[in-house]
Amino acid sequence: MARFIARRLVDSIPVLLLSSILVFLILHLVPGDPIDAMMGAASFGIGTPESQAKLVADIREQLGLNDPLPLQYLHWLGNALRLDFGESFIRHQKVATLIAQRLPSTLELAGAALVLSVVLGMSLGIVAALRRNTPIDGAVMILSLAGVSLPSFAFAMLLILVFSVTLGWLPATGSGSLDRLILPALVLGYEGTGLIARLTRASLLEVLGREYMTTARAKGLPPRILVLRHALRNALIPIVTIVGLQVGRLLAGSIIVETVFARQGVGQLAIDAILQKDYPLVQGIILLTASAYVVANLLVDISYGFINPKIRTAS
Amino acid sequence: MASSTPRSERPPDIARAQVVSAVVADRKRLPALPRSAGPYRRAWWRLRRDRMAMLSAAVLILMGVVAYVVPLVIAIDPYKQSLRDSLLPPGSAGHLLGTDNFGRDVLLRLIDGGRVSLTVGLIAVVISASVGGLVGLVTGYFGGWVDRILMRIIDVQLGFPGILLALVIITVLGSGLEKVMVAVGIGGIPRFARVVRGSVLNTKGELYVEAARSIGVSDLRIMFVHLVPQTLGAAITIATFGLATAILSIAALSFLGLGAQPPTAEWGLMLSEARKYLRTAWWLAVFPGLSIMLVVLSVNLLGDAVRDALDPRVSSTAD
Repeated sequence: MARFIARRLVDSIPVLLLSSILVFLILHLVPGDPIDAMMGAASFGIGTPESQAKLVADIREQLGLNDPLPLQYLHWLGNALRLDFGESFIRHQKVATLIAQRLPSTLELAGAALVLSVVLGMSLGIVAALRRNTPIDGAVMILSLAGVSLPSFAFAMLLILVFSVTLGWLPATGSGSLDRLILPALVLGYEGTGLIARLTRASLLEVLGREYMTTARAKGLPPRILVLRHALRNALIPIVTIVGLQVGRLLAGSIIVETVFARQGVGQLAIDAILQKDYPLVQGIILLTASAYVVANLLVDISYGFINPKIRTAS
Repeated sequence: MASSTPRSERPPDIARAQVVSAVVADRKRLPALPRSAGPYRRAWWRLRRDRMAMLSAAVLILMGVVAYVVPLVIAIDPYKQSLRDSLLPPGSAGHLLGTDNFGRDVLLRLIDGGRVSLTVGLIAVVISASVGGLVGLVTGYFGGWVDRILMRIIDVQLGFPGILLALVIITVLGSGLEKVMVAVGIGGIPRFARVVRGSVLNTKGELYVEAARSIGVSDLRIMFVHLVPQTLGAAITIATFGLATAILSIAALSFLGLGAQPPTAEWGLMLSEARKYLRTAWWLAVFPGLSIMLVVLSVNLLGDAVRDALDPRVSSTAD
């Protein structure tokens, strides 16, 4: 098991390195000089041209922009590993501080959405499998299909229209309280809910058709134990996979959901940073999100090893 | 019989027919052999029997006709403002789906937006398909260290939420509809590259490819004349799903303010602008939302059907 985990760890290093290179290059690929971007944002032509030129040269030296690119990268990576992404061009605060301020809100949202999609998705999937080919089954399938096709921002506005504008039950925007979390979590979780429902149904139907299920039924086991203990447990592996994939989806989806519901989270910070050309902030957020994604996938991979011993030795 | 490579298991007459047809295909002066219906024609027959697929295709064709042809026939102006007529509800005289805050006709803007979404989505898919297809073709055919490095990079990109890469590209290029189109197009490259490469790897060992090579056909000609048709099936499936993803992503990025800019009539942007009027004018949000859903649903259903028609063995029955 230790070797299996070690190999998975080593496998994820190239992904992290490649994404860090990509993120590092942002600053060097943008048209023009990064210093111009920084100065343009910081001081709108204050001082004489000479003093400005000197300032630019000073900053250039200070930031190590005169070094060769690979050296700059290593320097930047070293700082990034210590969570030092430099200072925001616009907000003049440490990037890490800015992200840390917004992180709890995003984690709260993603966590709520994940719990919601797993609980709701699996329940719907179980019901659909047990009541196969009934209107309930049909409704669940249509719901999950809609989940793939209706974009989250449109669904969000539909919910706001119904629950905030028409019924007045829930607030439409903001963050910080439980009632402000419900709608965003629903939106962020519904795509996953549909996927998990579909998969639970398919996986459960497959297991229910096995011979050991007939045996268990012939023994006279009550249906509840039959389904929960004998069938569901064996149907679980594909479901764990999709739950793992959801983690990445949630991180990316939170960008849109936070914008619609005006939540002060990391995703909205990212959009603001891109629109304001606040490059260090963009770099910090994207690198952290990518790393979180890699770590989540790593954990899912490792959990397979625990659930199914065959995977440990096979691959 | 003793040696059991897959090739020698093939009935000899079929193998010979393949060699002959490969030679024939490359020597145009010989008359073509009479052939039974090819795999693509059979796939087309299967697709035509799929009622859901035909319905989706009909919806898409109708939307395409409305978006591209109607503006040619009737002079419509989705940008015409009339503040006196602002925020008229659906069903008002002359405005079937109402008007927005500037008094612009919502239906006309939806039609114009459909043209924008379809065009930009299609171009994004063409970018992904041409670059990804070429990468897949070359790496699959030649292999070697270029193949290993490129596939490694593509694996990394595939394991990534697409929106993150799009955001990186938009950060570099700046915001705007064309830039979002390029970003989404680049995001779709790895999927094509992988699928085309896989199908090239499957086919390049076939006897007819060897036959073509033995009569001195160049690598370039083998790749484009003999291998590309074999990869089309998989590529068409990926392209159909890719179009749905592209339309969604472009609408999402426009909604975030990174794509189309006002006053462009683009569905994602229209939804975003509707946020301010949600309390007073629900129709501004509902119709663009429904339009996006209808297109994406149709494309997805069509994609399912195309996949099943092209590869009946792995058809996803019921679930």
